[in-house]
Amino acid sequence: MKTDYDVIVVGAGPAGSMTAKHAAKKGARVLMIEKRQEIGASLRCAEGVNKKGLAKAGVPVDKRWVSADIAGAKLVSPGGHVFRIDESQAGAEVGLVLERHLFDKAMAADAARAGAEIWLKTAAVDVIKEGDKVVGVKARREGEPMTLTAGCVVAADGFESQVARWAGIDTSLKAGDITPCYQYRMVNLKTEPDYCEFIIGSVAPGGYIWVFPKGDDTANVGIGVLASKLKKPGEVKMYLDGWIKKDPRLSCGQPVEAIAGGVSVSPPVEQSVMNGLILVGDSARIIDPITGGGIANGLLAGKFAGEVLGDCAQANDYSEAALMPYDKKWRDAMENRLWRNWMAKEKFLTLSDKTLDGVIDTLSTANVDQMSVHNILIAIKEKHPELVKEFEELI
Amino acid sequence: MIVSIEKCMHCGACVGSCPQNAIYLNEIVLEFNDNCNKCGRCVRLCPAGALKMEGKK
Repeated sequence: MKTDYDVIVVGAGPAGSMTAKHAAKKGARVLMIEKRQEIGASLRCAEGVNKKGLAKAGVPVDKRWVSADIAGAKLVSPGGHVFRIDESQAGAEVGLVLERHLFDKAMAADAARAGAEIWLKTAAVDVIKEGDKVVGVKARREGEPMTLTAGCVVAADGFESQVARWAGIDTSLKAGDITPCYQYRMVNLKTEPDYCEFIIGSVAPGGYIWVFPKGDDTANVGIGVLASKLKKPGEVKMYLDGWIKKDPRLSCGQPVEAIAGGVSVSPPVEQSVMNGLILVGDSARIIDPITGGGIANGLLAGKFAGEVLGDCAQANDYSEAALMPYDKKWRDAMENRLWRNWMAKEKFLTLSDKTLDGVIDTLSTANVDQMSVHNILIAIKEKHPELVKEFEELI
Repeated sequence: MIVSIEKCMHCGACVGSCPQNAIYLNEIVLEFNDNCNKCGRCVRLCPAGALKMEGKK
């Protein structure tokens, strides 16, 4: 029997759009559904990405969706020690802060140009299974219930990760692997306009406070706190408001937008494919557990998924075995790094403010000229080998 | 579970964190289904403090 579509992508974020684009490019009949009325809004992101990540996924930088070019990063310890990484001095310019509402639309536009169909205000509410095989989704389009059949369903539904769980893949998280976040876009700030700032320690237990510049006196000022460190409702926002009040560079500012969201800081999923289903992006728990960044990994995984799905469409075979090349591709590209950074996260959240002060203090004399978790871990390995002992073979 | 619609930011942090997959966010409306076992994780982690357990102040 002919299905309605070869591929149905649930969720029009960057990972979903990349999947849709690359599958459609290879001739698959693709439908991408998005439950909201606008792709890329409302925002749930601090919007930082590195250029290398975009390049790896084959996404050329377009200044229309770039909010700010970043010269470097500042890691700030609880006692005010600063570890500054200046990339411009190294001739590298690696960081960008995006306009996600434009970026996501641009990615979706590429999918449309490749031939994918897009439906807005269409929410998946369940998957349809025949035996151990996913054969479609139950959806509501502007409230109207419908069933849609497909060779393969793509779970690109982000942190919620419900499509995978409806299908029977366990993507649930421990409290210690979840970071609820709160963020303001603030204006009239006195922070540096071309440095991303990360403030660590007990001001944001198990996470950090960030200041990501958005041009001129504007920045995304946000916080993530590990869920296992939270004791009472609304605490995430209280931590952030408390810090903003104390930091004179921020307390002079005013908010023009407030958003919230959840970030997984876990190891990646054990199973990313099953018969008729494939997981991409945040739903596959491939966010970097140290930085909380998920855009670059999501784009790359989406590219891999789309390419494999294009081959599957040509062979008309969406079995787990036929989808496995996707699982292998993304694991080869990022799995070791995700595990290493998860282990680093597990270690760092045990460190006291005093220890963090010491680490940042010694790092500030280290010669790190490019901002990456790997480079920072190398510097720590040199100065504080005891902190990375348990996972040094991954550094 | 009681949802404060004034405080809820429709962010989905509770949805993805729910061990029972018992919460559904339909664009802006949060719905809890019968799988909810009142573990309270969502109440603690809601970034906006928009959730509370029935019967609690």
